[in-house]
Amino acid sequence: MSPVHYVALSVILFMIGGVGVLVRRNAIVVFMCVELMLNACNLAFVAFARVHDNLDGQVIAFFVMVVAAAEVVVGLAILMAIYRARRSASVDDASLLKY
Amino acid sequence: MTGTAAPAALAAHATLAASAPGAISAPPIEYSQLGPMLVVFGAAIVGVLVEAFAPRPARRGTQLALSLGGLAAAFVWTVVIAASRQVFANGSPGHTAIGGAVGVDRPTLFIQGTIVVLAFISVLLIGDTRFSPFVAQAAAPPGATAEQEGLAAGAMHTEIFPLTLFAVGGMMLFPAANDLLTMFVALEVLSLPLYLLCGLARRRRLLSHEAAMKYFLLGAFSSAFFLFGIAMLYGFSGSVSLAAIASTAASNTSNSTLLFAGIALTGLGLLFKIGAVPFHSWKPDVYQGAPTPVTALMASCTVVSAFGALLRVFYVAFGNLTWDWRPALWVIAVLTMVVGAVIAITQTDVKRLLAYSSIAHAGFVLTGVLAVSTAGLSSALFYLVAYGFTTVGAFAVITLVRDPGGEADHLSRWAGLGRRSPVVAGIFAFFLLAFAGIPLTSGFTGKFAVFQAAIASGETALVIVGVLSSAIAAFFYVRVIVLMFFSDPVPDGPEVVLPNVFSGTAVGVGAAVTLLLGIAPQPVLSLASHAANQLFVG
Repeated sequence: MSPVHYVALSVILFMIGGVGVLVRRNAIVVFMCVELMLNACNLAFVAFARVHDNLDGQVIAFFVMVVAAAEVVVGLAILMAIYRARRSASVDDASLLKY
Repeated sequence: MTGTAAPAALAAHATLAASAPGAISAPPIEYSQLGPMLVVFGAAIVGVLVEAFAPRPARRGTQLALSLGGLAAAFVWTVVIAASRQVFANGSPGHTAIGGAVGVDRPTLFIQGTIVVLAFISVLLIGDTRFSPFVAQAAAPPGATAEQEGLAAGAMHTEIFPLTLFAVGGMMLFPAANDLLTMFVALEVLSLPLYLLCGLARRRRLLSHEAAMKYFLLGAFSSAFFLFGIAMLYGFSGSVSLAAIASTAASNTSNSTLLFAGIALTGLGLLFKIGAVPFHSWKPDVYQGAPTPVTALMASCTVVSAFGALLRVFYVAFGNLTWDWRPALWVIAVLTMVVGAVIAITQTDVKRLLAYSSIAHAGFVLTGVLAVSTAGLSSALFYLVAYGFTTVGAFAVITLVRDPGGEADHLSRWAGLGRRSPVVAGIFAFFLLAFAGIPLTSGFTGKFAVFQAAIASGETALVIVGVLSSAIAAFFYVRVIVLMFFSDPVPDGPEVVLPNVFSGTAVGVGAAVTLLLGIAPQPVLSLASHAANQLFVG
C-alpha cells in the first residue's frame, strides 16, 4: 500500500473521532473520541514522514503521544470531580451555564 | 536522510547530522535569549517543590513571592533582550533560537513583555486571599464533610500558583514558537493548567466544574483540529517550520489541497483560542464559571498570547498567501464583531457580559490583523496592551462587589451601586467607557489605530462594520453605567469591600494604564510601531 492510503485512513479516523465528539453524550466517550482524533493525526504524520523520506513526522508522533497522555491526566481529573459532584458524566447534564 | 541543511523543524529537538545518517546531534541552545521563559518555568518547578516540602502555613507566602519574583525577573530579562545590541545587530530582525524553534524578535518580545506584566497583575488578584476565590479541597465533592473541614481550617490549594506560572510560561512560548510542533506543545502547556484552574472556584462549584469540563472538551477538540492542520502542512512541505512552509508555498503550487486544508485547520485552532465567532461558544460559559482572577488571567494574557501566535502563523508561514486567507478571515472578523456586540446586549451577568465584550474586541483586533502591514501589526499590538490592562482592571473590580454568598454577578444586583459607593462604580464605569472606545481612554486610541491601519490597507467595508458594532457595543456599556448611577439601589444590595494592597494595585494599575494610554498614548504607540517595524523572523 502506498502512504497515500494511510493518509486517507487517517482522515477517516479523524472524521469518526470528530463525529463522535459531536454526537456522544458520555464525557468519557467524548474524550476518547478526541484521543482518536489525535491518533489519526499521528498516523498522518508518520505516513507523510514516509512520503517525504525524513524523520520529522515520526519524532512529532512521539511528542503528540506525550501531550495526549498529559491531556488524559488533566481531563480525567476534571471528569472525576464532576462525577463525584453530580453522579453523572453526561455532557448534557452539565447545563447550568447557558445563553 | 541526506543533504547538508537539516530541516529547521526537527532541528528544534534533534538535528540530523548530515555526516552520519540517523545520528542525532543536539542543537545549540541560546539560554540567554530564552531566559524569560526559563525563569517562569523554573519558578513554576520550584513552586511544585515548595508544595512538596514546605509546611502548609508557609506555602502561600512563599508561592506568592516566588510567582511575583519570577514574573518580575522575566520582565526585566525581556527588556534586557529587547535592548540587546547583540540580537538585533546591524538591523537584524532578530534571531531564531534552538536551531530555529523559537523566534526572538521585537514583536514577540513586545507580546511576551505584555503577557508577563498582565500575568503579574492577575497573580496579585489570585493571591488576594481575604475572600479566597479558590476551593479548599478540590477533591472533596461540594457539600461534603471534607469540604466543610477544609473551609473551616482556612485551607487553600496553593498549587494554583505553580499552575498559573506553567500557563504563563506556555503563553510566552506560544507566540514565540517558530515551528508548528513547538507551537502545539506550547498551546497544550498553556491550556492544560487553565482547564484545571477553571474548575477550582470555592463558591458555585458546579458552575466552575461545568466551565472546566466545557473548556477542556472543546479545547481538546480544537487542538486536535490544530494538530491535523499541522499534519496537512507537514504533508505539503515536508517540514513544520513556518519559514519552510512559506518557501514551499511560494515555489510549489501543485499540491494546494493539503496547503489549504492545513491553513483552514490551523487557523481554526488559533481562532478558537482567541474566541472568534463561530468558535466562541466556550468563552461566555468559561468566563462566567471560572474563578474571577482566573477569568482575568484568561481574558488578558491568553488572548494576547493567542493573537501573537495567530499573527506569527499568518504573517510568516502564510504571508505569501494573503489573497487566499484574507476573505475567510474577513468574514470571521465581521461575524466576531457583530455577534459579540449583539448578543452582549441581552446578557444579565456581569462576567458573561464582559465575555461577549471580549469576543467583540477579538473582532476589532482581527481588523488590525487583516491589514497585513506593519501598521496593522503595531496597531494590533497596541490594542492588545490597551485591552489587556482594561480587562484585568474590570475583573478586579468585579471581585470587590460581593454578596454574602460570593461575588454579585447578576447585573440587577449592581443597580444603584453608584450611589452606595461612587468610587468603585466610577472606576468600573471608566473601564466600560474604555471598552466602548470613548476618547480619553485607551480603548479609543486602540480602535483608532486598528481602524486606521485597516483603512490604509483598503479594508474600508470592514472598518464600517467595526464602527457600527462599536456603536452597538457602546449601547450595552452605557446601559450598565445608567443602571449603576441612575436607578434606585436594591434594598439588600451587595457590599463593596475596600480593596487591599493586592486588588487595589490591580484596579489602580488597570485604571492608570487605561487613562494614560488614552491621554498620552505616544510612548506605547511608538514602542509598538518600533516593535512591529521589523516583522517576525522566519
